[in-house]
Amino acid sequence: MTVPHDDTRRFEWGWIVIGLCVAITVYIAIVPLGFLVWQSFFTPQQAEKAAQFTLGNYAEAYGSSETARLFWNSVKFAIGTSIFSFVVGTGLAWMNERTNTPFKNLFYALSIIPLIIPGILFTVAWILLASPKIGIVNLVLKNWFGFDAAPFDIYSIWGMIWVDGLHYSPMAFLLMSAAFRAMDPALEESAMMSGANVFQVMWRITLRLTWPAIFATILILFVRSIESFEVPALLGLPVGIQVFTSSIYQAVHRYPSQIGLASAYAVTLLLITTVGVYFQSRLSSRGSKYATMTGKGFRPRQIDLGPWRWLTAAIFIVYFLLIVVLPFAVLLWSSFQKFYSVPSWQALQNLTLDPYRFILTYPNLTRSVWNSVLLAFGSATVIMLVTSVICWIVVKTKLPGRWLLDNIASLPMVFPGLVLGLSIMIFYLNFDIGIYGTIWIMFIAYITRFMPYGLRYNTTSMLQIHKELEESAAMSGASWFTTFWRIILPLLKPGLVAGWIYVMIVSIRELSSSILLYSPGTEVVSIVIWELWENGQYVELSALGVMFILALFVLVMLAQWLGKKFGVKE
Amino acid sequence: MLRVEGLYTEYPNEKGEIVKAAQDVTFTVPEGKLFTLLGPSGCGKTTTLRSIAGLEKPRVGEIAVNDRVVYSSSKGVFVTPNRRGFGMVFQSYAIWPHMTVFENAAFPLQVGDKKISRADIRTKVMGVLKATQLDHLADREATKLSGGQQQRLALARALVMEPALLLLDEPLSNLDAKLREKMRFELKRLQRELGITTIYVTHDQSEALALSHEIAVMNEGRIQQIGSPRDVYERPANPFVADFVGSTNFMDGSVLGPDGNEGLYRVRTEIGDVTVLATEHLAAQDKVLVSVRPEDVALTESRPGGGKNVWQGTVDQKVFLGEVVDFQVKLGERMLLSRQHPSLRTPIGNSIYIQLDPEKCVALKAA
Repeated sequence: MTVPHDDTRRFEWGWIVIGLCVAITVYIAIVPLGFLVWQSFFTPQQAEKAAQFTLGNYAEAYGSSETARLFWNSVKFAIGTSIFSFVVGTGLAWMNERTNTPFKNLFYALSIIPLIIPGILFTVAWILLASPKIGIVNLVLKNWFGFDAAPFDIYSIWGMIWVDGLHYSPMAFLLMSAAFRAMDPALEESAMMSGANVFQVMWRITLRLTWPAIFATILILFVRSIESFEVPALLGLPVGIQVFTSSIYQAVHRYPSQIGLASAYAVTLLLITTVGVYFQSRLSSRGSKYATMTGKGFRPRQIDLGPWRWLTAAIFIVYFLLIVVLPFAVLLWSSFQKFYSVPSWQALQNLTLDPYRFILTYPNLTRSVWNSVLLAFGSATVIMLVTSVICWIVVKTKLPGRWLLDNIASLPMVFPGLVLGLSIMIFYLNFDIGIYGTIWIMFIAYITRFMPYGLRYNTTSMLQIHKELEESAAMSGASWFTTFWRIILPLLKPGLVAGWIYVMIVSIRELSSSILLYSPGTEVVSIVIWELWENGQYVELSALGVMFILALFVLVMLAQWLGKKFGVKE
Repeated sequence: MLRVEGLYTEYPNEKGEIVKAAQDVTFTVPEGKLFTLLGPSGCGKTTTLRSIAGLEKPRVGEIAVNDRVVYSSSKGVFVTPNRRGFGMVFQSYAIWPHMTVFENAAFPLQVGDKKISRADIRTKVMGVLKATQLDHLADREATKLSGGQQQRLALARALVMEPALLLLDEPLSNLDAKLREKMRFELKRLQRELGITTIYVTHDQSEALALSHEIAVMNEGRIQQIGSPRDVYERPANPFVADFVGSTNFMDGSVLGPDGNEGLYRVRTEIGDVTVLATEHLAAQDKVLVSVRPEDVALTESRPGGGKNVWQGTVDQKVFLGEVVDFQVKLGERMLLSRQHPSLRTPIGNSIYIQLDPEKCVALKAA
């Protein structure tokens, strides 16, 4: 037998797939960011005058006392929101994981609420509940207690913190529950045996051990709230409380639009979120020092609260009312009205289906639903497939520089949705390849924005796949591509399906990137809601909102059922 | 058949230090033989096996199977593992959990450039499953197999494409002791029946002795000795091999001179003058290490009739192990370990006679 000369020189299709995935990732993550920073140093390009280098945008952005106020507002809002949601979420998590509060298993389902009720609908619902003029809660309290003025004003920094904090609290609940659950109860029990009481155990052991998780959670919440757009736009702008996100939006929508100024704001915001995400990821990677998992299966010991457990159950119920029942109920109420009115006997006589008729015949509706579904489906599929290759490279190969690839693919994590929309907008305005104003530009935005989540889901799953499963396929004569298609992808399915579902749902409710990128014909459902709000069509908005929430609910239920079927573990 | 020549592999570990995984590894394996790489963990045996498989790329060297060069640093040849056509059984078995038993075994026939008809695949797979006694489980999910069955399936999958070479990476290490012994016979029978050239990696010396035609004992990346199981056990080439393959008593000594017969020498040790065997020529005054296996330390309650190397000692400790009893015998300041049949019941503290067969005392040149 002689050496077949093609033994080493055979072309491997796998290289094309790998190369393509890496190229897409790098392009998508790096280009808009680079261009945004670049753009922030130039004057606007005009027909008669080319763009020139300038520091003017930053001078304008930082020169005025207006900016100091902007910065202060943003930080105040973000810190307030993160602390509020953290305290609420942690308290609930502790009650849920560590006490014998009744019916608590039901409450775990709460963690999916922010996925089901999009931020814009949650905000609108709270306006209907607590605005000084039309807020139901205010009117009820005024009637009952005879207040002269409305006790609550949602249009204030405290109102903003309340709404956004409530909306992010399930996230804090989820993160802190995981932290509490990961802790070996023997650590607490040994403190108990040393003679510490419940509060000493909680203060000196439980909290100290979960400290990295606490800090990481607060950082995530801070980043999320400083980049949140719906609440500052709907509650802050009408009364002149501006934060970075709402100022970026205004700068773009002013005439003529001040892209340079918006970029300068965006770069600043990006710096803040980058610092936050950087410390958060450092904290998570160093967390192994604090690792409290022993690997043995254990059931966390629960504290018997005695009669106090009815109090904690009551707290849960009040929370459930605030975060689900009241917002949904007020949307439901208003969706059956001809004109928005406060619940009353007379209003009850005038229930109508008109808003639903209006929405169902709304000219943009079918198209926007179709756009939303198409974008969600497409971006979820592309993201999961591309990141599966990326995380294979990162996890399974010894390629030098693979950590860099991991970081590049995670880079969009620091982009607030609005900043991402802005950078993609100006990039494709300047490099006209014919996608500006089409649905493709939104497709790119969605892929960029949610790629890091897809990567995380895939990585968790990929780490569980033993190296030898893949090597044995190679020894069986399978090429890289065959191995990837027939071995890796099927074994990756739990992460792949879970990530696909997650990306699908967050894409459907995406607003803050889409709002800068849509044009007539490419609206998505969340944009239609936004337009209805701008037009003051509250009852129609409510009708659409109710249908949207119900659809998302069905989708999430379907997803959980699918997840169970495929053995998805989160 | 398989020729491995001058293999060097080095890679940096997490701390950035260079690990010398394989150093000048050279051996050949004739057609149809089972060749074992034996050594402690980190000795380079797995690196060598993975280099043959193509899962690792050595820095220098050449590997050829039936004159087909699959790796050569000087000729710039590196054939990827999927084009080498070797069968391999992994330590974890690497059974794909998303496939049935049949699908696992059929995979090697379905991939690559092979064009095999469905019917032929079926025949071949069922044939190999029958040989490994898995034919009645063909449609079962692979994850529902016991450890021993998974092991057999891994073997079936490696054999189904009738590879030129079978590579086994500690295939029995994940089984419990009873099953391990059973599979050892099974594996040996299958290999001998099929006559497939096999490279076997293990750290278990009894496995290596039981299965192999030839053994290469490795340490710190280098081959210490290549020989038949009997050679390696009875004539270890150096102290490492003597110590690693089985347990042994070592005694320092210096050579007094030849003792009549061919290959025998008188050596002065701490227990007295001993007549020993040496595989290489020794000169007077050479420092040597004398190795005696515990089972070659004969104990009798009465003084033996004749022969060389007889001493009197006292029983210091006994350990009852079921089929054997280990005796610690005190000889002056020195302890010797002796493995005896349980019928010897000399109590602790009693005196006992020791005799060492000169042919079983191997003198190794001290390093």
